[in-house]
Amino acid sequence: MSHIPASDSPPDSPSTQIVASAKAGPGTRLVRALVPALPFIWLLIFFLTPFIIVFKMSLSEPATAQPPYVPVIDWSEGLNGLLDALSQFNFENFTLLTDDWLYAASALSSLRIAAISTILLLLVGFPMAYAMAKAPEKHKPLLLMMVILPFWTSFLIRVYAWIGILKPEGLLNMVLQGIGVIDQPLQILNTDTAIFIGVVYSYLPFMVLPLYATLDKLDWTLLEAAQDLGCPPWRAFWQVTVPLALPGIAAGALLCFIPIVGEYVIPELLGGPDSLMIGKTLSDEFFRNRDWPLASAVAVVLLIIVIGPVMIFRELETRRLEKSR
Amino acid sequence: MTRRWTLFDTTALTFGFAFLYLPLLVLVVYSFNDSRLLNVWGGFSTRWYVELWNDKVLLTALRNSLGIALFSAAIATFFGTLAALALVRYTRFWGRPLFTGMVYAPMVMPEVVTGLSLLLFFVSINAERGFWTVTLAHTSFTMCYVAVVVQSRLVAFDRTLEEAAQDLGCPPLRTFFTITLPLIAPSVLAGFLLAFTLSLDDVVIASFVTGPGTSTLPIEIFNKARRGLSPEINALSSLILLVVTVAVVTSSLLSKRALIPAR
Repeated sequence: MSHIPASDSPPDSPSTQIVASAKAGPGTRLVRALVPALPFIWLLIFFLTPFIIVFKMSLSEPATAQPPYVPVIDWSEGLNGLLDALSQFNFENFTLLTDDWLYAASALSSLRIAAISTILLLLVGFPMAYAMAKAPEKHKPLLLMMVILPFWTSFLIRVYAWIGILKPEGLLNMVLQGIGVIDQPLQILNTDTAIFIGVVYSYLPFMVLPLYATLDKLDWTLLEAAQDLGCPPWRAFWQVTVPLALPGIAAGALLCFIPIVGEYVIPELLGGPDSLMIGKTLSDEFFRNRDWPLASAVAVVLLIIVIGPVMIFRELETRRLEKSR
Repeated sequence: MTRRWTLFDTTALTFGFAFLYLPLLVLVVYSFNDSRLLNVWGGFSTRWYVELWNDKVLLTALRNSLGIALFSAAIATFFGTLAALALVRYTRFWGRPLFTGMVYAPMVMPEVVTGLSLLLFFVSINAERGFWTVTLAHTSFTMCYVAVVVQSRLVAFDRTLEEAAQDLGCPPLRTFFTITLPLIAPSVLAGFLLAFTLSLDDVVIASFVTGPGTSTLPIEIFNKARRGLSPEINALSSLILLVVTVAVVTSSLLSKRALIPAR
């Protein structure tokens, strides 16, 4: 799982500029150059190159060979090979993606599941974060640790735990039948409902933590002022608390929405055959159908879907920072 | 006045924490169930723990996972710390926007895409897939998390100490090892632990880039979970939960104790 606490963008203030030492010898200068150079080279090799290969692969033709694709670019021919390749790029994979409803449907379904889950996470996470921010100072470290603890336990185990609860002969149905709410066991496992439960459960810490971070710094006197001026509590909540908590809401929503869109483990374990998610489609294309080029094309589409919300969030952040200046 | 604790707050926290912890509790309770069936309580038993101990496949997978996590977290901490230094201390160098983008991008990259792209990369350079390809793949995504954690510490760093050392004639490299590194050490350690945990937890990227013969613990758990419930996995999960809980509680107690003399 790739999740992170909210981060700041790198600062560019002039005060952080490196102070060149007049005494710096050639050795020092080399070390100084290596600091950015080493991670830069690493990222070029292990991030950018694989990324370019996926892009290239998405334009290749599938083949029944090992590896199962026909490379589009013949690297041994150098520049000629590259030019040759550019003239015969194959957009078939992408036309296939638009022709077959399965891919469009799985992309849309992922977006829908991610959007609904994010709203559910807000509904569950906000009251928790709000209560935590209001709790007495001495209880806060404990409450915080209780939210963080599940984050450190295995993601897979947390998803697995729900299989036993949601199964037709599982704990939930046993309890519900026991108290006489239902006669027949409910089919929850292998449906979208199970995916929602699993997603909300797994991502709850990522929603609560950024919300808590913002709410904890909330100026409560503003709420008092609103109340003193005769504002009813629910209106004060909407007009004071929510706008002030907006950065936390945006951070939490983004932190959850993006990984949920590409989620693979949860739909595979809790979802059913009808639950479409693009991350699962990509894996199926790759592992079951062994169509590497098509899987790459799905990967490119998934990336485009994910980049959208990130750009919107960055735009909002810049605007907010400009306003506060 | 407005900070008054209400019944709503109590309810929110009670339900929230019950939601977070009940499933884990159920998991642990059923690891002691003698029956293989979930709806039958066959009595208290530790047989699944014994079976776990004799499962050679899972034990090998565990050893692989720990090895991969250790190596990848170590390499990730090295490159991640350098990346954080580059981001904070080097305001101008060739390709800085590209560099910044590449540091942050892996964190928003869907795992399936990272896994696929790294696999295609390893295939294209004819690397033999197994332990080391998983280690390298994990390093490439965890180093970004290390960079972010260390960077947040470097931003809040008091640079006058470094300047003082340099004014007193301390060479830059020695200044780094005697002043800078000890001061950012807690965040470097935190980055290492985060990288270690993320590597230990990853199933998607590992299943793409691993080769025949090398399996990790999450891959084994995932494959068993796909086929439904297995009390053995419950036992394994309970042990992992125990280790994690002890580690997190101890570290938070230690850090609290470390705070007291500072006050």
